[in-house]
Amino acid sequence: MDITVNILLTIATAATPLLIAAIGELVVERSGVLNLGVEGMMIMGAVGGFGVSYLTGSPWIGLLAAIAMGAVFSLLFAVMTLSLATNQVATGLSLTLLGLGLSGMMGTSFVGQPGERLPNLDIPGLTSIPVIGRLLFGQDPIFYISIALTAAVTWFLFKTRTGLTLRSIGDSHTSAHALGIKVIRYRYLSVIFGGACAGLAGGHLSLVYTPQWVENMTAGRGWIALALVVFASWRPWRVLAGAYIFGAIWVGQLHVQAINLQDFVDAPWVIYKVIAFLKSFPSQLLSSLPYLATVVVLVLISRNKRLTMMNTPASLGQPFVPDR
Amino acid sequence: MMRLELVKRPQRSALFSALSPFIAFALTIIAGAIMFALLGVNPLTAFNIYFIEPISQVWQLHELAIKAAPLILIAVGLSVCYKANVWNIGAEGQFIFGAIFGSIIPVLFPQFEGPLVLPLMLLLGMVGGAVYAAIPAFLKTRFNTNEILTSLMLVYVAQLFLDWLVRGPWRDPQGHGFPQTIQFGDSAVLPELLPDAGRANWGFVFALVAAVLIWILMSRMLKGFEVRVLGSSPRAGRFAGFGLKRMVFFAFLLSGALAGLAGISEVSGAIGQLQPVISPGYGFTAIIVAFLGRLNPLGIVAAGLVLALTYLGGEAVQSALGISDKVARVFQGMLLFFVLGCDTLIHYRIRLVGLALTKPEGAAKLDPEPKLKEAR
Repeated sequence: MDITVNILLTIATAATPLLIAAIGELVVERSGVLNLGVEGMMIMGAVGGFGVSYLTGSPWIGLLAAIAMGAVFSLLFAVMTLSLATNQVATGLSLTLLGLGLSGMMGTSFVGQPGERLPNLDIPGLTSIPVIGRLLFGQDPIFYISIALTAAVTWFLFKTRTGLTLRSIGDSHTSAHALGIKVIRYRYLSVIFGGACAGLAGGHLSLVYTPQWVENMTAGRGWIALALVVFASWRPWRVLAGAYIFGAIWVGQLHVQAINLQDFVDAPWVIYKVIAFLKSFPSQLLSSLPYLATVVVLVLISRNKRLTMMNTPASLGQPFVPDR
Repeated sequence: MMRLELVKRPQRSALFSALSPFIAFALTIIAGAIMFALLGVNPLTAFNIYFIEPISQVWQLHELAIKAAPLILIAVGLSVCYKANVWNIGAEGQFIFGAIFGSIIPVLFPQFEGPLVLPLMLLLGMVGGAVYAAIPAFLKTRFNTNEILTSLMLVYVAQLFLDWLVRGPWRDPQGHGFPQTIQFGDSAVLPELLPDAGRANWGFVFALVAAVLIWILMSRMLKGFEVRVLGSSPRAGRFAGFGLKRMVFFAFLLSGALAGLAGISEVSGAIGQLQPVISPGYGFTAIIVAFLGRLNPLGIVAAGLVLALTYLGGEAVQSALGISDKVARVFQGMLLFFVLGCDTLIHYRIRLVGLALTKPEGAAKLDPEPKLKEAR
């Protein structure tokens, strides 16, 4: 039982950054903007979060710094694509490239430094309840933020007038503009929200997941988050489901690489055989599973052309220049 | 409170089309100066070390050519993709697969020697890159899958596959356990151009030839016209009878083959064996090269040399000033940002507008070129 709880906990920890980054990008894409810079904003959040936490000694201030870092970095993208109407694909790519470089440079002095982990929730009486206690009341604070964020974004997009306006902008910026909606202002705020989320996701990596700074520590998670939005056909709760599936794949392959087959000699024969079978693959193949799974999932979801067309925000990725 | 306003030009500005890369470069230099100042280094000293010293001797120019060759080769292929509105961002993976396919002969058949070896390796390299690029092209045309995400995911897979090869089945048994293949035999090594002057090899010539060929293709041949039409207006292309799916395959296979050629040239020329890591991100930097060169093959040659210099400069400031060589990536990223920003000037006039002046009657009076409205 304890092992199951532990595995569930690690899956949640692996899924949380994917979920947060993807929820942020979902809002951005719902407003009609495609920001491919998630990986860059995430890694900036990671380095900013770790750096500030290391310098101030407080992972909480680090967490705020991670959010601010992502938001400020996304502003760069917003100015370029929204005010200067640049190509969103190319600009997003350059945001990622710049973020990877900048974070590497800023983080040089943090390499190998010990970091402080954000403490897990600990409510006397509740956290010690067997099994569900640790799952419900004993996780890291960002886990709770990620769930609340999913609920809040769902409510905002589908139950509020502002959310409806945001979605309408994503479907036709010209119509929205003709109705007098401030398209560019909405999009600025969406992009910055997406940046803050990506920064928070990066902060989770360097303050909770592995509390240290490693170059390129996002390892493609930003891109997987982008794929999750497509996979979820732009719906928040499906993003959550997708993030947990990918979290499970990510953690599963790590567990298979790390465990020792000898420890399972006494386990039931089937389990032993399954683990032996998985262990027989080279570790590199196991490491590439999350990326291969992303490709497979994307193929499965986009195979139905009509469904994809129906769900995709219609003006996604198109630059918009308001005529007065 | 000021705000930016874009006014569409009646036609694209030839002046800014030519000037924008230079403006972008100048802005990068200014931003770089600020960055060096923040790092506590005199910007002039830093720039001297970064941009001047690495190319002040002949052998260093050869090093520049070695770095520029893969960038140019990959970028001219990508320029065709981007012109066709096909977003291949997985050139890094195609580079790696080209290197792996090309290395089949020297690693698995080292006893096979002679003048045939090298051409076969180069050919296999191109096949490897094209095959790997065909995966996202197939998924895009058959299943409508977003090529940006699939081509990028395949980069990670390619890196891990190469890692497995050189640590596993292809590891040199006499290599003292180092993760690398055997050294390529003499007939499998790409010859140097001027062995007395420096290390530059035939890879640079391939790059120049590829640039010229792609330039001819894009500006003088029907296929190039097809690429441009389908890229700017897929609907118009369909009416003209151009196949969109065929174009996706064409762009991916061409850019994949060139990236593969770059991969095998790098391994056979500059490295001499396969290692876990064979590229300092050439496939990604080439994206910047393609845009800095305005997606024009001849512009890409110039841009490739500039970006190659950022690599050399990064190494130079690391050894001379102790700054991380990641500074190269920062320069490259900034450069791309400024290029994209300056490209706006080609299609738009930028005006700074005070909010007080945007009231309808004031704006109408202040409009300097009322004709523009009609042109729209």
